[in-house]
Parts: sequence; C-alpha cells; structure tokens
Amino acid sequence: MNVLNKTLEIRTSPHLKSAVSTDQIMMHVVIALVPTTLFAIYAFGLAALLILSVTTFTAILTEHIYCRLNNKETTITDWSAAITGLLLGLTLPPALPLWMAALGSVASIALVKLLFGGLGYNIFNPALGGRAILQAAFPVAITTWHPAFLADRFSSIPSSSFAWPFTTGTYDAVAGATPLGNMKFNQVSTDVTDMAMGLTSGSVGETSAVLILLGGAYLVARNMMNWKIPVVIFITVAILSGIVNFFNPNTPTPMFMLLSGGMMLGAVFMATDMVSSPVTDRGIIAYSVIIGIMVTVIRLWGGLPEGMMYAVLMGNAVSPLLNRSLKSRVYGTGKKGGAK
Amino acid sequence: MFNFLSHGNKTFDRGVHPGDFKEQTRTLPIERMPLVDEYILPLSQHLGGPSKAVVSVGEKVIRGQLIAEPAGFVSAALHASVTGTVIAIEPRPHPSGRFVESIVIKRDPYSAQRLFDEHATDWKKMEPAELLRAIQQGGFVGLGGAAFPTHVKLSVPPGKKVDFFMINAAECEPYLTSDHRVMLEQPEAIFLGIRICMKILGAKRAYLGAEINKLDALAQLQSQIPADLPCEIVPLETKYPQGAEKMLTEAVLKREIPSGKLPIDIQVVVNNVGTVAAIGDLFRYNQPVIERVVTMTGPGIQNPRNLLIPIGTKLTEVIEFCGGMKEDVRQILFGGPMMGNAVRSTDVPITKGTSGVVFFTEDEMVSTKEYPCIRCMRCVDACPVYLNPTQLGALARAGHYDDMMDLNIMDCMECGSCSYACPSNIPLVQSFRVGKALLREKMARERAEG
Amino acid sequence: MEFLTSVGFLTGLSIVLALLLVFANRKLSVYEDPRIAQVQDMLPGANCGACGVPGCAAFSEELVAGKALPSGCSVGGPETAEAIASFLGIDAGSAERKIARLLCAGGCDVAGDIVDYAGFSSCRAAATVAGGSKACTWGCLGLADCEVACDFDAIHMGSTGLPVVDADKCTACGDCVDICPKNLFELHSENQKLLVQCKSLLAGDDATDLCQVACTGCGICAADAPAGLIEMKNNLAIVDKNNFFDQTEIATLRCPTGAIIWLDGQQFPKEQRSAKLQKI
Repeated sequence: MNVLNKTLEIRTSPHLKSAVSTDQIMMHVVIALVPTTLFAIYAFGLAALLILSVTTFTAILTEHIYCRLNNKETTITDWSAAITGLLLGLTLPPALPLWMAALGSVASIALVKLLFGGLGYNIFNPALGGRAILQAAFPVAITTWHPAFLADRFSSIPSSSFAWPFTTGTYDAVAGATPLGNMKFNQVSTDVTDMAMGLTSGSVGETSAVLILLGGAYLVARNMMNWKIPVVIFITVAILSGIVNFFNPNTPTPMFMLLSGGMMLGAVFMATDMVSSPVTDRGIIAYSVIIGIMVTVIRLWGGLPEGMMYAVLMGNAVSPLLNRSLKSRVYGTGKKGGAK
Repeated sequence: MFNFLSHGNKTFDRGVHPGDFKEQTRTLPIERMPLVDEYILPLSQHLGGPSKAVVSVGEKVIRGQLIAEPAGFVSAALHASVTGTVIAIEPRPHPSGRFVESIVIKRDPYSAQRLFDEHATDWKKMEPAELLRAIQQGGFVGLGGAAFPTHVKLSVPPGKKVDFFMINAAECEPYLTSDHRVMLEQPEAIFLGIRICMKILGAKRAYLGAEINKLDALAQLQSQIPADLPCEIVPLETKYPQGAEKMLTEAVLKREIPSGKLPIDIQVVVNNVGTVAAIGDLFRYNQPVIERVVTMTGPGIQNPRNLLIPIGTKLTEVIEFCGGMKEDVRQILFGGPMMGNAVRSTDVPITKGTSGVVFFTEDEMVSTKEYPCIRCMRCVDACPVYLNPTQLGALARAGHYDDMMDLNIMDCMECGSCSYACPSNIPLVQSFRVGKALLREKMARERAEG
Repeated sequence: MEFLTSVGFLTGLSIVLALLLVFANRKLSVYEDPRIAQVQDMLPGANCGACGVPGCAAFSEELVAGKALPSGCSVGGPETAEAIASFLGIDAGSAERKIARLLCAGGCDVAGDIVDYAGFSSCRAAATVAGGSKACTWGCLGLADCEVACDFDAIHMGSTGLPVVDADKCTACGDCVDICPKNLFELHSENQKLLVQCKSLLAGDDATDLCQVACTGCGICAADAPAGLIEMKNNLAIVDKNNFFDQTEIATLRCPTGAIIWLDGQQFPKEQRSAKLQKI
C-alpha cells in the first residue's frame, strides 16, 4: 500500500480556481496607469515626477505604518495603496506644494480607507476622498494651475513645490488656465484635438484623454474593469450637454465636455473603482447616470469649473442604496422565470 | 451527420470556464475492475432515508440479490454486488466523512459470480407503473453524482404532465470522463433506457445534451439514433455548470425553471446518461445497480483509468489496481473538482454516486491566501442563477442569515462558480452551505413549534 | 409687511400641523396594557428565545395574557420569576434549572485528527467538508462556534480544545444546542449527575482507536447501576433522564475509558479530568 509524504487535506469545493488574484488585478490597474503617468512626467517635467513620487510613496508608507501599529501583516503587497497614491498624484496640480500632496496622501489612506476598515470596506474612492479634503483645506493652491510643456521643465522645479509646510509658497510661472477654467470664466473654448492629445494645462494626469482611454481599454480587455461605467457616464454627459448646447450655443459642446478636465481620468479610473461602485447590473447603470448628470450640472450651472470629483463621490455615497434598491433579477423569477 | 456543428452550440447565461482536463482518460476504454475479497455497501448511498437491511450476518447472498429495501418513497433498494457471505452490518467510513451503517460482504472465492436471475424483460408489454416499480426495485439513483432516487424523478405527480425527457450527458465537471465513455461504448443501452423512460413519463420528445468536448460520442450517437426514436442530440458549449438541471434546460429549451420549482413544473424531466444506460441494462439483463463506471484520474494517480467497479469496492483496492498513488498526493476527491468532496481516507467504498475519483498533489492545490472582497463582481458574472454572491458573502460573514434569505440564498445550488471566480479566494460556497444549513434547521424548528 | 406675512404663515402652518397630530393621536392610538412594558423591564432583555417566543417583548405579552408562566424564562432565574409572579399576582411556576452539557470528552489530548482541514475556522464550516478533520466523526471539532454563539459568556474553549460550560453562568437558552453541527450539547437538569460524555456509535477497539475516552458500548455501567437506569443502545450507554432518585456514582467506577462520569456542578473540572486520564 502507498505511503504518502503528508497527511491528506480536506477542503471545501470547488477545488479549482481561476488564475486571477486580487493583487494581480490591482497590479494591472497600476500598469494601465503607466502611459498616463509617463505622459504627465513628459508634459510637466520634474514637478510631476516629484508630486507622483511623493503621493505614491506616502500612501504606501502610511498603510505600512498603520498595519505595523495594529500588529497586522502589512497589506502594501496588494498594490491598492500604490494605486491610491498614484491616482491622487494624477489629480493634483503639478506645482502644488509637496507637503500638501503628502498630507492628501495620508488623508486618502488613513481617513478615507483604513478608518473604514481598509481595502474593500471604504465607502468612497480613497484618492478622490483625499483630494476632496485637500480641496477643502487649500482651495487656492489646488486650483492654481501650472503651464504644461515649459522649456525648462526638466531642469527646474517650480518654487512652490518646495514651500515649507503650512505655507503656500510663491508661484513663479504665470498660472496657466485650464480649458474648463477658460470656458467657465472667460468663455474661451479650447481646440478639441489639443485636449484629446493632452497639449493643455490641468492636473498632472488629466490632460491626455487618449492615453487614459488606452489604459482603460487594457483593463477592459483583461476583464478587470467594468466598461459600462465610463461608457454610460460619457453617453449621459454627451446627451445632456448636447441638449443644452443645442439651445444655448455658448455652453460647451459635448466633445469639449468629454475631453476636458478630470472627465476621462474620473470616469475611467475613479468611478470604476470596484470597491466603491455598486455590485448589481442595474445599480451600475444608475450609478453611472447619476455621475454623468452630476458632473454636467456642476460644470454648467455650478460655481466650480470642474465637478468630476464631487460627482464620483456622490455616486459612491449612493452606491449602498443602489445595491439595496436595484437588485438583479434572480434566475427563475419575474417575467422570464415563466411563473405561469 | 455533422450538420449540428455548423450552428452555434447551445448554452446558458453566465457560468465559468475552468478548462476540462479530460485528456488523461478520455480515450481510455472502460475496463472491468477485478473482484476483491470484501465489499462495503453503505445503507445510505442516496438522498433520502437510509435503506433497511433485509439480510442478517452470516447469510449467503448472490450477486444482484436484494439485500436492503427502501425505507419509504424517497429511498432506494440495495443489491449485493458480489456473491458471498454477509460478515457484518455495522458503521463503516463513508465518502461523506461520516460512519454509515453498512452491509459488509465477504466474496465467495469459488463462486462463478453469475447474476441473480439473469434474463431479458419484455418491457413493451409492461405498463408504465410496472416499469417504474422495476426501476425502484433495481435500486436506481442518479449516477451523475447527486444520487437522488430515480423512481421519484420518473414519477409524474397527478395533475402534472411531461413533454420532454432530457438526458444529461453534459459532464461539465473537469477531469471526469465516465459519461463520455458510456456514450461511446453503450449506445444501445442508452437508447433502450430512453425508450423506457419516455414510456414511463409519456414524454413526446427526448433531448440528449452533451458538451462539445465529447464530439466523438455526439457524432456516434447521432449516427445511431433509431429512426423511430424522437430523440435529438444537442451539442452544448463546454462551460461549467452546463450539467446542472436548470442550466441544461435553459440551454436546450431556452426556458428557465422557476425559482424553488422542479423541472417537472415546466413539463421536463432530466436524468443522467449513465443512469439511463443502466436502466437499459436492467431490462436487457435484469441487472440492478451493482456496478458503475468510475473515472480514476488526476495528476496523483499512477495509471488513470475508466473502470467498471462493483459498488462497495474499497478505494484502497481500486488505487492498487491503478498502480498506486504518487507519494505527494495531498487531496482525494470523490466526484469532480468543482462539486466533489474531499475524502478523509482511502478506507471508503465506491458508492452509487461516485462518478469519479480525482487525485491532487500539492501542485494542483490552489492558494488559500484570502484578500478582502473588492466587489469586482466576478462572482456576480459567474453565478448561473443570478444571485449576488458578494452581498451574500458579506451577510454570511456577519452572521445575518435571515437577510440572506431575502437575497434568495435557497436558490444557490452550491455549484462553486462564485468561489472559482473569486480573485480574493473567499470561501463563498462554504459560507453559503453553512448559512443554508442553519436556515433549514431554523425553518424545521419553526415548523415543529407550529 | 413681508416680515409679518412670513411669521403669520409659519404660525398658521404650525397650528394646522399640531391639530393634525392631536387628531392622529386620538384616532390612531392603540391601547396597550401598561403592565406589558413593566414586565418587559423586569425581564433580562437578552431576547434569546429560550422561552419559546421571539424576544422579551413577546414573552411579556404572553405573561400578561396568562399564556405563559414567569419560570419560562430560564435566563432570569428564580428571582426574576418570583418578582414577575408577585407583580402580576400569579404563580411563578416551577422549572428546574438546566445546564448545557457537552456529550464529548475527546479533547486533542485523547482524540486525534485524521486529516488536515484547510478553510475558515468554524465548526459549522468544517462540518460541511467531510465532517471535519477529527478522526471520530461524532466528536467535538473544537472550533468554538458555541463559544461565539453563547450570549452569556458561559462557554470558553478549554486547554484541550473542548468547550467548557460555566455552570453558574449557563442560562439554558439553547443557543449552543442549535449551533453545534454535531449536536453535542444537551440541556440537562442540574439534578442529573450521571453523564455519558460520548456519542460514538462504534464498539470496543473501533471506538477507542479514534478516541481514548470513547464509550465502547461494553455495558458495564448498565450492569452496575440499578436496573433500568442505564440502557445500552447502538453501542452507547443512555442514562434515564427522568430518574434522579436511582442515580449512583457506582455506575461510573468500572468504566474502562471514563466515558461515563459523576458530575458535581461543573463539567470538566481540572482535577477530575486529569485523574481520569491517569487511570487510562
């Protein structure tokens, strides 16, 4: 009779597993952000490199320290802290003082994520939550934009970046207005092609719509992102702004709405955050429509030029409600269930 | 002959694609397992009440002789799988992990092992009720794995009628090839079984659904269908759990079985192809269920085989016949890897519900490192009955079992698609089993209290 | 002027709403016996369901309606029952105190595992996988579902992986009875001194191979005890639960494995257990 090396083991079925694990999904999100990140560094130079490094590193460090303090195994290996840090960096203005960026990163991880129970338990997208805190704390600094493609971007760093903690610092370059700001406050439109390619001013990673979509397509191809969310948001925004634009040609065109500001980054990488979006098919559609409506309303009639952040946070807030009220049809019930 | 291949293969919505892993045994013909000295026949090899022994210790029994009769309607008869002497009736280890009252028979080495009262039955002269009684007395249970008494399935309750008889040959469990080999090697028995079942049910039409990875068997059956048999061979997409009753019905007929109802509520009865073939054998040779085809496979066994094994043969002996296990075997599964159960030792017998035994080494054992649920919805997209496993899992973890009821947990068939798809390795199915068991007990208590 | 309009409007609105509330209170009020609330205050408020109705509120309604006796609440104990009985002017009823007993003594020191179990740590979950890892399939899995289920902090896992019931804290609510997947808990009267701590249906060496302290079904205890007190059934000694009078410690003395014990309040006191083990 056989002698086995080890005692048998009993486990519950199924005994097979799909090959994808959570840390791999997270890792692929980071990979999908690489083109956007590289372009950001190309467009804003050392300023972008610094701010992205600071936010990412601070996020990972915060999570690690938190786990250590709680005597838990560190969770930084699941890549989620890296994503939060990177995404936060991509939503910030390039010349933002670095201490503010670091503070935002700590807030994202500690207040918005870990305080709710860590990965999987947060209600709001951590990166956007952190940015909202920064926006509330430093409203001026976070809307002071730095021009892209400055000649000396790889040799010098904006002096504001190294402002001492609790100071705002001085902005050397004349602030470059974003397309949205120009539209809102100066009624000047920007060339759509420039926006698509990212040849405009704005947050570190918001500028190139094409590269963001490329990253999104990569995730969709790997079944790691729900394509319905960005698509429904885009359609909602396009229809709404199209109607308004039809009656009042002074308002932005649907194309401008889609390509400007944080629309792309928000719809593709923030709204699709699995943890803070609904888990039923109908919930997902409602969530995306709500975000689309919110962002259009804020942009067209609100006091702020940009509304993506608040729209997504709003969507996050209603997700649990959507999960409960918009349940999916269970097999064998309802019309198709053929209950005769 | 291959015209059915040009259409897209039928299937159901959602589900998973675990890969079929059937190469090891799909081309191996069924071999007969040699007789061994001792047979352990548990009185509980089926769903429902345990059978009642009608022999006593010391009694001589003949192969095919009735040794335990059904206790009630939802129960099954049991027959001696070998000629010999009853040496004990006592609790013995069972594949379920429990000790189950079993009849132990010692083989008579000098017997020719001829079948008890072997003869062909003229089924054409029998009434449906008589045919049904013959099946009940033959100890028939679903040989696909669930082991539900066949005569219960084939009994049409008053007021109901059956239009379609569905033969489940999907064999969607990876690794297993027993149904595949039965289809290739016993077409006559299958067609005879179909005729008899259709007569019992009064069904107008039969459908035999099998996954397209058994193309040779499908083509062969298609070419051999008797002209007067209204049976259609339906190729299905290779997808898990294609062989679940609800999924098979949906794939073939495009109709959903209502929640909480049975196939018969939409005029359908589903039976496994192995069971149907065995019913054919009952009327050809008067042979009750005393042996079955079992796939011995997996990376952990020396010589994978498709074996015809007498019920009650100890796993240890079967392993030996297959050249033994590899030393690094870590897990032995009765049934396929998706719904099969791990067994605790090799001292357990092959039962009527054992469609295969899969041997896994450390290499095939998947990681159990658990991550938090990130609500990626892979489980939602996998669940064939459209439940929401991520929400159910959260409720189970919090112990809110009553709330799980509102999310239709009782419709869960424990197929394992959600756990398979989960990137965070959350034991969803296990927590659902716990929740369902607690809810069932609670309902039973409430019923008892009125 | 504008100021006055708004003040006037709001005043008018509040008067209308107030009237509406008064009307609703009159018309829609339901009379509830005030004693129900008072009785509910006297109950422990554990909402455990041991009395057989869902929650203390429902039980107080039954008490006031005379459909139940105060002693039906095992959690509150005799004092509570007395207090409620005198408040309502009824008989408290008599209920002997019950304690949850574990019908297994096979800790990890005497009953081993046959396989490794990998999965989440819960008896209920482990029991769904081939009945768990313990060689004896009737025995306690030791994964503490009862400890979690106990609302009264009366169950704690002991050093050998068996739950130890604190007899003083146990209220006989029955939660452990319901949660145990092996059905190892039973509620016994505190007068019940003889206890067979085993549920294995195996006989002789087959039983002791799996667990050193198993009941082997030898029948010595049944022979030593007064006739009819202990009955042998399926290789297990079954003690008559309605006959406290005939109980005697003699029945336990010749047990070869120590499966049957003479209880004095607490199951598994340390000394008694180790003494038994030395005997083996």
